[in-house]
Amino acid sequence: MSDRVAVRKTYKLYIGGAFPRSESGRSYPVSTPKGELLAHAAQASRKDVRDAVVAARKAFGGWSKATAYNRGQILYRIAEMLEGRRAQFADELAAAEGGSARAALALVDEAIDRWVYYAGWPDKYAQVAGSTNPVAGPYFTFSLPEPTGVVGVLAPQESALLGLVSVLAPVIATGNTAVVVTSQERPLPAVSLSEVLATSDLPGGVVNVLTGRTAELAPWLSAHRDVNAIDLTGAAPSERRELEIAAADNVKRVFVPRESGWADDPGTTRLAAFVETKTVWHPIGV
Amino acid sequence: MFEYAPAPESRDIARLKPDYQIYVDGAFRDGRGDAIKTINPADETPLAEVSEASAADVDDAVKAARKAADRWAKLPGKERGKYLFRIARAIQERGRELAVLESLDNGKPIRESRDVDIPTAAAHFFYYAGWADKLPHAGFGPNPRPVGVAGQIVPWNFPLLMAAWKIAPALACGNTVVLKPAESTPLTALVLAEIVAEADVPAGVVNILAGGPSVGQAVVEHRGLDKIAFTGSTEVGKSIQRTLAGTGRRLSLELGGKAANIVFDDAPLDQAVEGIVNGIFFNQGQVCCAGSRLLVQESIEDELIDALKRRLETLRVGDPLDKNTDVGAINSAAQLARIRELSDTGETEGATRWSLPCELPERGYWFAPTLFTGVAQTSRIAQEEIFGPVLSVITFRTPDEAIAKANNTPYGLSAGVWTEKGSRILSMANRLRAGVVWANTFNRFDPTAPFGGYKESGFGREGGRHGLEAYLDVS
Repeated sequence: MSDRVAVRKTYKLYIGGAFPRSESGRSYPVSTPKGELLAHAAQASRKDVRDAVVAARKAFGGWSKATAYNRGQILYRIAEMLEGRRAQFADELAAAEGGSARAALALVDEAIDRWVYYAGWPDKYAQVAGSTNPVAGPYFTFSLPEPTGVVGVLAPQESALLGLVSVLAPVIATGNTAVVVTSQERPLPAVSLSEVLATSDLPGGVVNVLTGRTAELAPWLSAHRDVNAIDLTGAAPSERRELEIAAADNVKRVFVPRESGWADDPGTTRLAAFVETKTVWHPIGV
Repeated sequence: MFEYAPAPESRDIARLKPDYQIYVDGAFRDGRGDAIKTINPADETPLAEVSEASAADVDDAVKAARKAADRWAKLPGKERGKYLFRIARAIQERGRELAVLESLDNGKPIRESRDVDIPTAAAHFFYYAGWADKLPHAGFGPNPRPVGVAGQIVPWNFPLLMAAWKIAPALACGNTVVLKPAESTPLTALVLAEIVAEADVPAGVVNILAGGPSVGQAVVEHRGLDKIAFTGSTEVGKSIQRTLAGTGRRLSLELGGKAANIVFDDAPLDQAVEGIVNGIFFNQGQVCCAGSRLLVQESIEDELIDALKRRLETLRVGDPLDKNTDVGAINSAAQLARIRELSDTGETEGATRWSLPCELPERGYWFAPTLFTGVAQTSRIAQEEIFGPVLSVITFRTPDEAIAKANNTPYGLSAGVWTEKGSRILSMANRLRAGVVWANTFNRFDPTAPFGGYKESGFGREGGRHGLEAYLDVS
């Protein structure tokens, strides 16, 4: 009996719930930190960015109006799906980031727990961040958080899974949709995470995942008029200024993170960064 | 229409001084910029000479604010709060003086400055005064810290009120400030500086600089400031966002709007008419959240427009100091030119114009309340902020169409909904992409109610617990 030949995976983009190659037809080699070739990942283009934004905008209406309970359940479902593929992710993470198998497994567990953490937020955040306002007049007035819209996310370059989950989960928890540019050198766990998202009842287009050159894709995302906010976590510090200038074209909300470890308590900072406050008034009378 | 005898407030109440100075480091002094005359937009007569700041004065003010920052931040909250309570009380005490001065400098009817601008400014200080010793309970962590020194730039439409919106939360949170009022309306802010001085607020905590765009630019570019807060046009807001790019300095923006005021066929028409009038003719329509697009359900368009015109014919346009006046003067020649230009565009783009037949004073900056019917979605008067007493009427048939049209601008500051059906109110409020939704009312403001925009209307909130976030180091 001969040794079985493994079936290898083609690492593609994730746009609108489908897994296309880059429309540019480009790919780029991805290696371990030691330089061993792992795979060729799709190298997304400006057109892929635009397609992803269109998909994210299309998905925004449904996702932002889904009940908070429903969003929470879907985020929890993502954790369940990830839990079932712990070993696979640990292998991929060890390959992508280096380090021991045990350390990689701990990071996968932390990433799963982060989905669980954020799965609990959708039906609580409005109670924490909202208010009724005791105005000086015969009006009932309340304020509540609403999703900002389509959020561009430049995922962290180093932490290929825990970092990615830590920036993505808070964006979609409150009802935003996301266009994620993955770690440039460590994109493969993000592609596998797309497969998890695709099987977690998350509607297509809520999360769109692009692999490729961050410096090439980020300016298009930051300048895009139909993107409402951008998270610059994965941008090189030297590129942030230009990206922020581009973001001003449509008054994007720009999130520039403070230094922190991905294992720290995530708190509510990233939830608060991508919500708007809406205040509603109505007269009280008979 | 009943004839009314004139009932003007005396301008003596404003206690106008011939000269006004800038306020830096606890002292009044001449600025090193130009001395300009601020004029009464109702008759174009000079009111007073105002000494403007230069870039060097901005620098002095920032240094003074920086020097004062540490002690002010360390002052126990309950003591900081007492200074703010003093300011609130002093604004109330001098309310009538401030109201007349505001109407003289801005051109707005005394009824509005007396009943809205000045009392709401006092209320804002009173509200945030009470937060100063309660910040650990505000939901921003157990030990919230101030941002530091804030540069604040406010517009000419609500001069004192906007200054209060900026200064009160900043001080309550332990920041020090450099505030620049608008070039055409500096007077009430400089009287506020007197109030701050008389309240014995420590030197440098509040600095107020008169001046135009170049002074604003110097504030925005100053590296000694930790935060910029700006209220004004979207165009200037974008340029400020670009200037601050990459600096790590905090920014909050309250920019333009093109609010839809949506009237359904089951709305209480008389109340809706009042709301429409208040929505677009309050402060001559020079309001960022003005209801400048009337979206009316097609089946009631004729009835509503007829009722609206009948109501408009009772509006009194004229002397801002007259207590019977409903609509006052446009704030400046430049603003009047913009209103005229955009209104002319409305006609050339095919909309039908109707202006209130009223006598306008010969001198001063005046524009008769105007409405356009048959306005296309793509027309400039349906898309661009006019910032004047001009209403664009657009029709719709279904709630979905109303939402699509209402949300179809780059702005997202405010919106109005008029209907008797509760579930429809909540559904519309839910789907409108705007920071404030007024249902069966319009243009209500309160210190406890967060205010601010979606999309290109800016980011950050002013008012309420939410308003603290802009002045706290929360991340």
